[in-house]
Amino acid sequence: MNDHHHGPAKGLKRWLFATNHKDIGTMYLWFSFSMFILGGTFAMIIRAELFQPGLQLVEPGFFNQMTTMHGLVMVFGAIMPSFVGLANWMIPLMIGAPDMALPRMNNWSFWILPPTFLLLASTLFMEGGGPAFGWTFYAPLSTTYAPPSVTFFIFAIHLLGLSSIMGSINIVATVMNLRAPGMTYMKMPLFVWTWFITAYLLIAVMPVLAGLVTMMLMDIHFGTSFFSAAGGGDPVLFQHVFWFFGHPEVYIIILPAFGVVSQIIPTFARKRLFGYDSMVYATASIAFLSFIVWAHHMYTVGMPVAGELFFMYATLLIAVPTGVKVFNWVTTMWRGALTFETPMLFCIGFIILFTIGGFTGLMLAIAPSDFQYHDSYFVVAHFHYVMVAGAVFSMSAAIYYWLPKWCGKMYSEGMGKAHFWISFIGFNMAFFPQHFVGLAGMPRRIPDYALQFADFNMMSSIGAFIYGLSQILFLFNVIATIRGGKRISDEKVWEGAEGLEWTLPTPVPFHTFSVPPQVR
Amino acid sequence: MQLFGDNPVLNTVAKMVTVVIGMFAFVFVVMVPLYNVLCDALGINGKTSGERYEVVQIQVDESREVTIQFVTTNNEGMPWEFGPTTTMMKVHPGAVNDTVFYARNPLSRDMVAQAVPSISPSRAAEYFHKTECFCFDQQALQAQQSVEMPLQFIVDQDLPRDITTITLSYTLFDVTDMVKDVVASR
Amino acid sequence: MYFKAIRLMQLAPGPALLLLALASGAAWSDDSKYNMPMGATSVSHSIYDLHMVILWICVVIGVAVFGVMFYSIIMHRKSRGVTPATFHESTQVEVAWTVVPFLILLFIAVPATTTLLDVYDSTEAELDILVTGYQWKWKYEYLNEDGENVAFFSSLSTSQDEIHNIEAKGKNYLLEVDEPMVIPAGTKVRFLVTAYDVIHSWWVPELAVKRDAIPGFINEAWTRTEGTGVYRGQCAELCGKDHGFMPIVVNVVSQQEYGEWMALKKAEAAEVEALMAQNFTLDELATRGKAVYDRACLACHGANGEGGLGNAIAGSPIATGTMGAHLNAAVYGVPGTAMQAFGGQLNDVDMAAVVTYQRNAFGNNMGDMVQPVDVYNYKKGQQGESQ
Repeated sequence: MNDHHHGPAKGLKRWLFATNHKDIGTMYLWFSFSMFILGGTFAMIIRAELFQPGLQLVEPGFFNQMTTMHGLVMVFGAIMPSFVGLANWMIPLMIGAPDMALPRMNNWSFWILPPTFLLLASTLFMEGGGPAFGWTFYAPLSTTYAPPSVTFFIFAIHLLGLSSIMGSINIVATVMNLRAPGMTYMKMPLFVWTWFITAYLLIAVMPVLAGLVTMMLMDIHFGTSFFSAAGGGDPVLFQHVFWFFGHPEVYIIILPAFGVVSQIIPTFARKRLFGYDSMVYATASIAFLSFIVWAHHMYTVGMPVAGELFFMYATLLIAVPTGVKVFNWVTTMWRGALTFETPMLFCIGFIILFTIGGFTGLMLAIAPSDFQYHDSYFVVAHFHYVMVAGAVFSMSAAIYYWLPKWCGKMYSEGMGKAHFWISFIGFNMAFFPQHFVGLAGMPRRIPDYALQFADFNMMSSIGAFIYGLSQILFLFNVIATIRGGKRISDEKVWEGAEGLEWTLPTPVPFHTFSVPPQVR
Repeated sequence: MQLFGDNPVLNTVAKMVTVVIGMFAFVFVVMVPLYNVLCDALGINGKTSGERYEVVQIQVDESREVTIQFVTTNNEGMPWEFGPTTTMMKVHPGAVNDTVFYARNPLSRDMVAQAVPSISPSRAAEYFHKTECFCFDQQALQAQQSVEMPLQFIVDQDLPRDITTITLSYTLFDVTDMVKDVVASR
Repeated sequence: MYFKAIRLMQLAPGPALLLLALASGAAWSDDSKYNMPMGATSVSHSIYDLHMVILWICVVIGVAVFGVMFYSIIMHRKSRGVTPATFHESTQVEVAWTVVPFLILLFIAVPATTTLLDVYDSTEAELDILVTGYQWKWKYEYLNEDGENVAFFSSLSTSQDEIHNIEAKGKNYLLEVDEPMVIPAGTKVRFLVTAYDVIHSWWVPELAVKRDAIPGFINEAWTRTEGTGVYRGQCAELCGKDHGFMPIVVNVVSQQEYGEWMALKKAEAAEVEALMAQNFTLDELATRGKAVYDRACLACHGANGEGGLGNAIAGSPIATGTMGAHLNAAVYGVPGTAMQAFGGQLNDVDMAAVVTYQRNAFGNNMGDMVQPVDVYNYKKGQQGESQ
């Protein structure tokens, strides 16, 4: 029974004052896509300069601003908000809740983001340029030697952290308190589980990042010496604190993607997810272990050998639960009845390419070998495989999977498949050669390179442009679908789909589960 | 703990906010001090203790000789002449050794410097004891002034036998502005 | 037909990736563009072996897992009319694929540990070199046993014209320096790595040495090459604008050649001493000064003194002002800016030359000059302007 007798507000007010989880989810998704385009533009500038040896387009100082901003915008503006948007849309629907636990705080979580990214992007136009010290902003390059805009960078990080923390508190409060009667924890869809665990990770480590940039601020403006040996501090302390945040951060990025894949594969295999319990335990183990592996990002910094060994062993260990998840997905497919609509294609692409990224991660875990891999393009290849072919592919899969449910219109399957194949080819062309140049000795974050790296760099740049262009196709498909796609009204858009969201009408009404469903 | 009576959502929020504040505090109150304590205690990162070593007993091990190398570096913006008077010494573990470093401020303004020591191999750091070091204090030099700065040290008898060379490096930093801020804020 | 094509397309990625892996596998040789170099030391060989072992383990696991998946994609598709199975858990299987990977990792951890312990064992070195990272060059100081240390800077020697595509690029584009590090073959060399300003990292792939250079602290690394050769590397930690333009060249020579080179270096130092007493003409100073300028100033002040990261020299109030102020800026740097103190980097002859050059080039035409002995005296305290 619906107690609301009015639809959503009209015009700008609807969005500015939105408290509805679907509206806020939609805003997060559109915002994150625009950030994906912005971050992608920075990437295109990078790859255009790296198309050939020699400096053709940009000065090295500006190039460093591009690599820095590309990382910051993609991580904090594109990937993270996109999954928060998905969480907003899907968690209440999946647990049978009418909305998130704190709808007004939800509004703030979103609306902090656009002005913050405006601020961050504006640093490019400030005196001295924008941040140029890498998204990892090591001291003292980011303190003593930073441009004046660094203070705005710090402010932006604080704001982003606030948004993430508020969003995560909302997710935890929602999952813990608003599940429909009968939905025990071990009956929750895996997407909810992975986001639940991710939210805890965010609550634990975003404050660490806030502490870190506060220490930076103090070193720069208030005469402290956390990271300067002159005053008794240590630049390496920066790295320890950063990566204590940074490693859980990368799991924050990938765990929701694991959740998405765990929802989609069973649908298109027409078979229940294999090993649900193991999947939950594996996700939880990954989350716990993520706190004790951070220094594998710092193997060359001069740690004592006992420390190096500890971090190597712990990092190798984390491969085990990750592997378990991959095996479980494949076993879900095994002896199912498979069809290969676009969401499934992206998930299969995810399994192959994320696993390849996982393999290079295993190689990187080995400390002595890492002396050759560290800060080379081998690392760049690794994290693009897990973040792009991992998280971004999974997000694409999620959109194709749930958009028809959200708006009651079916996307063009031909265009969807084309998007997949062009993305797949472009992505691999862009990033597979980077393994080679990295192994052959090309360092990261350089605007120009020695001649032996030329051929693969050219190939990589072409692939990157192809991948970038394919996202325009995606945008076109999404807009065309929303505006004029073929109308559908089956509750189960996909034959094999299971879960509370598929019991709702298609398109999903503005208010849902005002009365909680009974879950058996 | 129920801060908000029987409102489960707000109770969850209260707990989560506590974690957030706790983790923020954790950085300053635990991570930074713990890092410093571990570095000092285990000699990690080659940081030798900034504290004067109190000699307990002197028992010289004549059977072993360890080579000590002295190396100096000026950090950026530090124009002083600075170096060891001897670049190398051979010492016996347990013996008290003395050497001198020279420094000169060639500018026409007064300056204050801080020397930061670092030892290589880093696992030797906990066996290298300084009983007297110019690195314990900031060094003030007036314009054009020079100074000879003593270093007195003992290499511990328990230094692992496979270490035969220890390199002690000092990096000299200009802390004139830092001192000015401290003085100004008083 | 359309659906068959789609199905065929869906089959493509598996074999394609396999082929790619195998094809790249065909080029495992040294000097390859595809793979890590085997390198010139026993450590680099151990690391290469570790790398190959884990790579093959991953390839085998990948082929197995993807193989199962592709089999499923082909044989378990709905269009074949199959009914989906209903199994969805198995504790035995979960335990198996937890334990087996764990054992594989244990297997890998053993050689990884021994290799790491080897990398860390820098005892009994025969030669020590202090390596200091600067923005944007390296300084090498040989800590000789006789106390007569030899120190010099090693900067990129590739011309700006090559970088800006005006001239054709040479074979060792971006991997060549004016003064390489020279070490004797068959000798254990210990590197003491530190930094002057920000964090850098000293990396030579064929020696398998990479160590971060941290301001205020010393890190240690070592190498021993068996034969002779020239090995090139790059800075491996973002350190500012010219991070990609501060390469490393290590020239490994025979013991005898090393002895000769070291003698030459010590003689050069003595030569500079001799030059100190001489008086040069303006032209002589300016000619030498241009070479110094190109090497040490151009990166920030521009090929035509037009500026960039640094102020313009052309028409600069300092370069056209008093000699004292000019020397002050060049010798002691300008605190709070990126202008380093070059007094510690250039010998007095080069300093006199470059200051003279700057005052007379780029249209400045001051007509004055400064002799090496003047620089020496300036540093000793008989200078003009105060700061």
